[in-house]
Amino acid sequence: MATILELENIASQVRRDIVRMVNGCSSGHPGGSLGCADLMTALYFEVLDSKPENFTIEGKKEDMFFLSNGHISPVWYSVLSRRGFFPISDLSTFRCLGSPLQGHPTPKYNLPGVRISSGSLGQGLSVGVGAALVKKMDGCDHLVYTLHGDGELQEGQIWEAVMFAGGNKVDNLISIIDCNNAQIDGNVDTVLNIGDLKAKFLAFDWEVVEMQGNDMKDCLRGLKEAKSLTKKGKPVVILMHTLMGYGVDFMQGLSSWHGIAPNAEQTADALSQLKETLGDY
Amino acid sequence: MKKYTILGNKDTRSGFGDGLLEAGKRNPNVVALCADLTESVKMTAFKKAFPERFVQIGIAEANMVSVAAGMALSGKVAFYSSFAAFATGRVYDQIRQSVAYSNTNVKICGSHAGITLGEDGATHQILEDIGLMKMMPNMIVINPCDYNQTKQAAIAIAEYKGPAYLRFGRPKVPIFISEETPFEIGKALMINEGKDVSIFATGHLVWEAIVAGEILAEQGIDAEIINIHTIKPLDSETILRSVEKTGCVVSCEEHQFNGGLNDSIAQLLARNNPKPMEYVGIDDQFGESGKPEDLMVKYGLKAANIVEAVHKVLKRK
Repeated sequence: MATILELENIASQVRRDIVRMVNGCSSGHPGGSLGCADLMTALYFEVLDSKPENFTIEGKKEDMFFLSNGHISPVWYSVLSRRGFFPISDLSTFRCLGSPLQGHPTPKYNLPGVRISSGSLGQGLSVGVGAALVKKMDGCDHLVYTLHGDGELQEGQIWEAVMFAGGNKVDNLISIIDCNNAQIDGNVDTVLNIGDLKAKFLAFDWEVVEMQGNDMKDCLRGLKEAKSLTKKGKPVVILMHTLMGYGVDFMQGLSSWHGIAPNAEQTADALSQLKETLGDY
Repeated sequence: MKKYTILGNKDTRSGFGDGLLEAGKRNPNVVALCADLTESVKMTAFKKAFPERFVQIGIAEANMVSVAAGMALSGKVAFYSSFAAFATGRVYDQIRQSVAYSNTNVKICGSHAGITLGEDGATHQILEDIGLMKMMPNMIVINPCDYNQTKQAAIAIAEYKGPAYLRFGRPKVPIFISEETPFEIGKALMINEGKDVSIFATGHLVWEAIVAGEILAEQGIDAEIINIHTIKPLDSETILRSVEKTGCVVSCEEHQFNGGLNDSIAQLLARNNPKPMEYVGIDDQFGESGKPEDLMVKYGLKAANIVEAVHKVLKRK
């Protein structure tokens, strides 16, 4: 088991990777990626029972993770490579011609860790439900995790899947909502207020856990609590409170950093705020 | 003209239902998903035989497509079905991202396709689905012509690994393909060898092409009739060989000629061997309520329309 400090150190390196990847190709989505760095580190280094060395799409006898908000691919790619799914050096090819690290994730180029394409929002919860149904059919005890942006919850398909999972007691599913109140056009509550998410999920017969997504200790606590609520007749949602751009002071809390790359000067500034702990790629 | 006997009258959707049941018996990984139309799309027998492998999604087609993709990537052969309008057009983006681009083993089964859906009218009579589906990379498109062929096709797509679109219809239509006739994805079926004109037909229009062939034979015209059940991948070899022999073409389908079989054949010929070509299909318009047979007449999808098209194309030879 990793200590909190060890996990925080990994998350710091992941944040450096994110900034460098996005700067390297002058495109991509740093804001949500930075905000989810702690969660993704906790998930892949402490929570998920998965097999980096023997990755299979089918994911039999292991936990499965689906990234529904595919635009935060930098954080996923960084964590996957740091966890050993593929070489860390591949991060330098992000968004480049011929790279398996596409702007938005896809299994098309056989990138270990990725099971389905995402990018067009709102589909990943349904995909996760499908995978969770198969785990039940096949008598597999492992869990399915999905991650979504809060803005993504404006997509109607999400609520189709929320209704289905609650109504069908898909209780081997943990969905995490990145509540950073930020989307491209501004704050979520001003673009289209999604209201009281806790009340909404409770009304759809889900268990609701809240956690502070930029506090490693609380991430571990929240994920543990969510896991303890599975297999009891209800799907589980974690409302994860984060700041967009967390860890880089000039990006933090600003929806304007959803999908733009920092320039050279901004990159240097950002990296000076993030400790290199595992060695840059 | 080769003689075809009507072996019975049955809807092609029942062929799908019976094929799905058979596929389920053969492979325990076959699962079926439905969006509140279980009996309409003939999934009832599968549901009864394999209740633990049947998923009732409710009226939420977008969710159904992506749930099917999640099940497929987890190792299942995921058949989902709805009316073709809702199984394809309504969920185009879900199919594009979760099925085609992700190359998941999902079988899209569109029932009540075309104008012969009848009385429900244009909202439900999709006439664009072949085009929508065939444009997607990784997707194969099959539009069988009768009960027996639809049953065979359902079994065949279960054995095929990858995204597939199977299109079938609502009304009872003649069964004329024997159970013993081999079915192979991507391999066109010779209905009648002839030398004067190549008639390529798909779906419900194959029977009309046979009736047209009989009329043409009485007029001294020897039509070659070929059943193109697989629109993608197209059996280019068979089509080009036939056209080389006959020198002119009529394509027949219950679909917009924009984007349909007509387009596929026209492209193939334009690149390889351009010849005069006429079409029988829907000419850039929506359908309407009515009895299937009356709609076939009004929208020009009958044997008489095929005969007329043949006369027209023969003059251009």
